[in-house]
Amino acid sequence: MATEETAGPDLANDDIGEEARLALWRSQLEIRHVEQRAHDLFLQNLVKGTVHLSLGQEAVAAGFAVAMEDGDYTFCTYRGHAHTLARGAPMSGVLGELMGRECGLLAGKGGSMHLTSVEHGAMGSYAIIGAHLPIAMGAAWSAQYRGTSQVSVCFFGDGTTNIGAFHEALNMAKVWSLPVIFVCENNLYMEYTPIGDVTAVEHPAADRAPAYGMESIIVDGNDADAVYRVARTAYDRARSGGGPSLIEAKTYRQCGHSRADPGAYRPDEEVEEWLARDPVPAYRRRLLDFGFAESAVEGIEAEVLAAVDAATETARASPPPPPDILETEVYADGGAAWRN
Amino acid sequence: MAQLTCREAVAAAIAQEMRRDPSVVFLGEDIGAAGGVFKTTVGLFEEFGPDRVRDTPISEQAIIGAAMGAAMTGLRPIAELMFSDFFAVCWDLVANEIAKSRYMTNGQVSFPLVIRSANGGGARFGAQHSQAIENWAMMIPGLKVVAPSNPADIVGLLAASIRDPDPVVFFEQKSLYGTRGEVPDGEHVDALGTAKVLREGGDAAIVALAAMVPRAVAAAERLAAEGISCTVIDVRSLVPLDTRTILSAVSETGRLFTVEENPRLCGWGAEIASIAGEECFYDLDGPIVRITTPHIPLPSADNLEDLALPSVERIADTVRASMG
Repeated sequence: MATEETAGPDLANDDIGEEARLALWRSQLEIRHVEQRAHDLFLQNLVKGTVHLSLGQEAVAAGFAVAMEDGDYTFCTYRGHAHTLARGAPMSGVLGELMGRECGLLAGKGGSMHLTSVEHGAMGSYAIIGAHLPIAMGAAWSAQYRGTSQVSVCFFGDGTTNIGAFHEALNMAKVWSLPVIFVCENNLYMEYTPIGDVTAVEHPAADRAPAYGMESIIVDGNDADAVYRVARTAYDRARSGGGPSLIEAKTYRQCGHSRADPGAYRPDEEVEEWLARDPVPAYRRRLLDFGFAESAVEGIEAEVLAAVDAATETARASPPPPPDILETEVYADGGAAWRN
Repeated sequence: MAQLTCREAVAAAIAQEMRRDPSVVFLGEDIGAAGGVFKTTVGLFEEFGPDRVRDTPISEQAIIGAAMGAAMTGLRPIAELMFSDFFAVCWDLVANEIAKSRYMTNGQVSFPLVIRSANGGGARFGAQHSQAIENWAMMIPGLKVVAPSNPADIVGLLAASIRDPDPVVFFEQKSLYGTRGEVPDGEHVDALGTAKVLREGGDAAIVALAAMVPRAVAAAERLAAEGISCTVIDVRSLVPLDTRTILSAVSETGRLFTVEENPRLCGWGAEIASIAGEECFYDLDGPIVRITTPHIPLPSADNLEDLALPSVERIADTVRASMG
């Protein structure tokens, strides 16, 4: 057990602060433990289809989400559990959706690759590479036109930087000076292929930024504090009318591309090197270094684990979606009628 | 009643809706200061300014993606795709993203947007700027699909499309842009999902869309002079589809002919023929006949393109031959 005599956090000169640090810790833990649970449930055949986990990439989602404001928009990919959870979507809704249950965020109509929770600002998980960059740009256009201070944040992988929609969105976002932040999570692999083998430049996002009049920004994506700082700067730029940013976060996918992929193509030493840089234990050490009480740090983890257990039970107890929703919500009248 | 061309009707409808609703915005290539490559948007930039009438780069994915993102966050965008053939370069946004996202999210997001585009042949542009692609759009669950044939319907149906809570693909047949017709004065809003009976006759029902409508009417006039009296229906809206009006004409006349500009396979008329076959079989006095463009890319030379598209003569000849 941790002792209580530890000196209080030495946060006098800290630019992040106690509240944000604990939020970053909690968010990373929530993602880590829900993802591990999703993996376990998949092995039990309770999660069907496929899952694309963000194990090892939690700091990117946490850093950006904690620095966000409530009205901001998140757009992410099929590897989107992390970003959806980071905006506060309920764990039971996430796990329930993966399990095809009525309590799922999408009532079982979308599945793992399409998690959405509009009420939390999670505007969708898009599973065709590149599509959501123009969509996120459009949401930013809307915010600009409506005169709000909302920012649209778009997360995508390194593989996305080689598809046309990436380039179309960056160009138009810059020309229109839109409040949008494009975040490339460079986890070194485009599905099964090393990104460097198929990309003309060393840094797939950052090296493209100057072509669209943007600064090249690279951040350690395994360091939640570094991500939080770079996010804060980009939000300030967007809210003050300074236009879009493109940020490349270097990180590592600790597992394969999807459940079908054991990731055997990755060299052992590379995996070991990145596991040593696992963002979750690293952040735990960071908090202790800052003087947070071990009991507080572990207490949050215990709370998160209990919440994941409860969410799992809620999802397991939830029935399958009712058959009568099969032909609903194709059109805005709630139905699917295409003729009279 | 004002006399407008189809191209003027497009601008009139957009202006009508932009005046009443500040959430309506418009984007596309050359639509602003240039007034559109088909001059369908003349005057909009001057009246509504660059914030609401936005010129874009040649980036169809960005155009349609921007419309989608704006529609899901409170705006009512109108996006122009200069030629409907260009749907092919942004089909992911149309077919995978816009069309599916309401369903996939169980109704969390709405897409009140319009994608309008110059569709179809007759302008000698060749195969990549001429295809009638209304059947591509019709087969995607989640989209609504409209293709008017005259200026009054362009104003009324485009206004209805802009006000509609669902994504609407709005096809303007480019060879009709110069066609003039009466448009009601004042605010004009029509209803999607309503076909229009243009002419009534007892012997056969001819069902047509967009540029095929005036040809079907002309063919019916010829046939009437020969003693074959035809009902002509302008389908106007493929989704929602007014099967009630169509099937009622099939039952009354006992014969159904579709006139389609799209290439043969999986044209919209095939769906209507299938519905009529299932639901009006015992009212039919003869086979259902589809009159379409052959299953070919469109050629550019005058005579070849004219041969490809259903002509007044081909329509009349086909109906006459089939009626025996």
